[in-house]
Amino acid sequence: MASLHPNTLTAHELLEKLKNKEISALDIVNFVFEKIKKTDPNLRAYARLDAGLKDGQIMGKEGILKGLPISIKDNICTEGYNTECCSRILDGFKPPYDATVIRKLKEAGATILNIKTNMDEFAFGSSTENSCFGPTRNPWNLDCVPGGSSGGSAAAVAADEAIFALGSDTGGSIRQPASYCGVVGFKPTYGRVSRYGLIAFASSLDQIGPITKDVLDSAVLMNVICGYDPLDSTSVNIKVPDYTKSLVKDIKGLRIGIPKEYFIEGMDPEIKKITDEAVNQLKDLGAVCKPISLAHTEYAVPVYYVLATAEASSNLARFDGVQYGLRAENSAVMIDKRKSETDNKLIRMYKATRGKGFGEEAKRRIILGTFGLSHGYYDAYYLRALKVRTLIKQDFDQIFKEFDCIAAPTTPTPAFKIGERSQDPLSMYLSDIYTISANLAGLPAISIPCGLTKDGLPAGLQILAKPFSEEIIFRAAYTYEQNTPWHLQKPKI
Amino acid sequence: MEYEPVIGLEVHIQLKTRTKAFCACLTDFGNQPNSQVCPVCLGFPGTLPVLNIIALEYSVKVGLALNCLVQEYTKFDRKHYYYPDLPKNYQISQYELPISKDGFLDINIDGLIKRINIRRAHLEEDAGKLIHKDDLSLVDYNRAGIPLLEIVSDPDMNSPQEAYEYLTKLKSIIEYLDVSDCDMEKGSLRCDANISLRERGSKGLGVKTELKNMNSFKAVKDALSFEIKRQSDLLDDGEKIIQDTRLWNTKELKTLPMRTKEGAKDYRYFPEPDLPPFIISPTKITEIKKDIPELPEVKALRFQKEYGILEYDSRIMVLNKKNSLFAEKCLTVYPDKDKKPVANWLIGPMLSEANSRNCDLPGLDISPKDLIELIGFTQRQEISNLTAKSVLTDMLNSKKTAAEVIKEKNLVQISDASGLENYISDAIKENCAVANDFKNGKENALMFLVGEVMKKSKGKANPKVVQDLLKRRLV
Amino acid sequence: MAINRETVEYVAHLSRIDLEDNELDKFSRQIQDIVNYIDKLKALDTDLVSPTSHILPINNVLREDIPVSSLPIEKTLRNAPMKNANFFSVPKVIE
Repeated sequence: MASLHPNTLTAHELLEKLKNKEISALDIVNFVFEKIKKTDPNLRAYARLDAGLKDGQIMGKEGILKGLPISIKDNICTEGYNTECCSRILDGFKPPYDATVIRKLKEAGATILNIKTNMDEFAFGSSTENSCFGPTRNPWNLDCVPGGSSGGSAAAVAADEAIFALGSDTGGSIRQPASYCGVVGFKPTYGRVSRYGLIAFASSLDQIGPITKDVLDSAVLMNVICGYDPLDSTSVNIKVPDYTKSLVKDIKGLRIGIPKEYFIEGMDPEIKKITDEAVNQLKDLGAVCKPISLAHTEYAVPVYYVLATAEASSNLARFDGVQYGLRAENSAVMIDKRKSETDNKLIRMYKATRGKGFGEEAKRRIILGTFGLSHGYYDAYYLRALKVRTLIKQDFDQIFKEFDCIAAPTTPTPAFKIGERSQDPLSMYLSDIYTISANLAGLPAISIPCGLTKDGLPAGLQILAKPFSEEIIFRAAYTYEQNTPWHLQKPKI
Repeated sequence: MEYEPVIGLEVHIQLKTRTKAFCACLTDFGNQPNSQVCPVCLGFPGTLPVLNIIALEYSVKVGLALNCLVQEYTKFDRKHYYYPDLPKNYQISQYELPISKDGFLDINIDGLIKRINIRRAHLEEDAGKLIHKDDLSLVDYNRAGIPLLEIVSDPDMNSPQEAYEYLTKLKSIIEYLDVSDCDMEKGSLRCDANISLRERGSKGLGVKTELKNMNSFKAVKDALSFEIKRQSDLLDDGEKIIQDTRLWNTKELKTLPMRTKEGAKDYRYFPEPDLPPFIISPTKITEIKKDIPELPEVKALRFQKEYGILEYDSRIMVLNKKNSLFAEKCLTVYPDKDKKPVANWLIGPMLSEANSRNCDLPGLDISPKDLIELIGFTQRQEISNLTAKSVLTDMLNSKKTAAEVIKEKNLVQISDASGLENYISDAIKENCAVANDFKNGKENALMFLVGEVMKKSKGKANPKVVQDLLKRRLV
Repeated sequence: MAINRETVEYVAHLSRIDLEDNELDKFSRQIQDIVNYIDKLKALDTDLVSPTSHILPINNVLREDIPVSSLPIEKTLRNAPMKNANFFSVPKVIE
């Protein structure tokens, strides 16, 4: 059965079959394409289906991923192929260069799919509803969101429309959708993976990471994408271990902290129960789990929304219709207004282009971020947020003196209904409440499936460790995964 | 009322690195539009900056040479404004912690030293260039990303001349460091000025205007002079100065307000998240210090001490680094202890030849040895100074030695009486009246006769000998 | 901190975005909510805390001054909404 549908297999299973010549690279791609054609019109995990699937474009390079197709989030630059951050303002943008992770994947022999995965515009969101191509749906329940912003990548992997995928995580954008879609999402330590070619949302928080069907695939992909890049000043020149070697089924004596602030009021009782059970399972497997306190947790979301929107407002300033993407010369809005009289033609072009090109959430965040940096507010908002970021980081530093890692729920609730939070930005922002801290502190963190709710929606267990301790996370996650059935559950789509 | 101008200058110099500040594109001038660009300097989405080590070292070097405190910890910030020559609509610059601050530069005004404080010198990236054509503006990003050092003075200058001296001195130092071409025409040195007026003697500050678009040091001086006149006329009429940015119009020779009003500036600076901070260790500073050559001020003092050159002469000799090197060679080659004739020749005929040929002294392509040989002829009174100047011109044009020119043109000065007798007799014969005047005690008349002899000898007669011979004949 | 329509209008101008009237109203309201929420940061005493703008303790990341070939002009201009010869082109900027 499985061999009939290679798209349902993991990367490491396929690599084994390729090695044994039980299957060809072309088969794999074709099965993936067949599946996309069949289910994606409903799921919308990919941004532009109309870009056309190019059958049989297998990379020729020898490498450990030779023969495997990989799906890429629409904010990671692929030379010559549309990379639009699911935003109208980047309409038709084909980068003249490859992101470093794409170069590494190509060198490892992977086939880069020419269609990109759907996302919230510029990664602004937690539901993949803010895409100019329309929302992605959750493969477990098409009325629910897949999470976001890497909802397309997570849904594609969960629905077997992809073997594995890359996402990006600024405040939980890999882990939260992985949790909602029942797959494995890994956010590496800040600086572990080059950001060169990742269209920046918040430069001090962004990291690219894998979304996979199991922990071993995550390690395989991490082995390829990690490492120092002279093109990224924030990438760190530390040797990258072979992560597959840390996949040992043993966590005896591992000291795991369980942060009490992550089990808050308003948390879904089922999620709480599922997480408690997961923690008990970790204990049963020999880990030493103890409650801990991360005192500044409640400030993570406000700090995040000050810093991330400020950096975003700056990073998105370049989208102005001069060099690439959409250009609108005039807009109906400003023409009639008194204010536009002082604007010259160029300023009108900027305003029309950006007014038309950005979606609502992007505009909201740019406005909020610009406000936080503007004259007179910098100290009260931006600078203060940077200071509280220090406090959040110090909380973790303290904990990691005594603990090897931290385990917590990935999200406070399972996937919510499409449209449920889109009119209330703040409630949407709060769905990242457990994931944001890892970005603020630069920590590596994984989300792995840890159960299903009564309604059949997945829940995720998050494991965090100190910077550059991805190996500990892999060890704990692998041990848990191999002793539980959750990663084998698949949505019926 | 009598006003005192208060002037501060912002100077941008392009650092002479091979590649841009944050990417590996070349920095050459004058290439095809948009041919020296890459995704990074175009600000394409997803690209990231990585600082050029030489840009950092050059900046430190300038900071040290300008007596600044070089910051041990420095970082970059983003400065935001929308303009099509700015690819990212923010400029990577330094706001909070510039590479260096609190320096100074001493200028010489009428023989007195005046200290101009330097507030800061920070590194940033240059913008592209706009060319206006019909109803379009065309953008060339070749220049975008070239490292710029912005050097900001305190408002310590009180006249256009002081501003001119400051710029001249600054340029001289930077050329010594060999970190910038400092060519205003090519835009590798740019200067904006802030100027306000106050009642002479008062300590307050008036409303200032910002002047841009000056393309030479002289233009800076002219624009400031114009602005002093304009502002004082307004103040005398009881009007108020409006704080604005004005452009120097080289055709009309006046400053005119910029047509586009930017409104209040709100640059929304924040630390550049893509660039971790930089730590410039004391060891590194020592290392860079060692690499700083002898600067003009010190060199001038040494010239005075070692070669007995006058203060004024020494300052002119060292202003341009290449000139100073040439000068020093000449001074050492010259055999006599008294080096004054060499100094006179260098800052006199040699510099004026260089100026008229629009080059520096080495650019005249005359070897120190050949120049000294020429000076030797005048010292031995074999040719007059006047003749020697034309010999120099001939030498420069023909690449011949002084001896060759003098011989070919038969220019050797006639100093023996026998060779001059005929000229003298003729001169007296033809100018009896003048000769009589002299005999009757009119001293001036002698010089006229000397001139006549010089004419007759085609300038070759030794005027001193002629004078003696004439006196002897007429007394 | 009170956010009114004028604040949003000013910031929208700074960030060069046209907003429709209804967007102005909606954003003023929503951003007010968010700012109220963010204002909880003011409860913390941060006077003695140093800011963290870079989470990693790395510094002095530099490159050698060695050129790499630039983009070919076709690639540079391929995405341009408007070009003129080898230039990008925009509505005239007047000075």
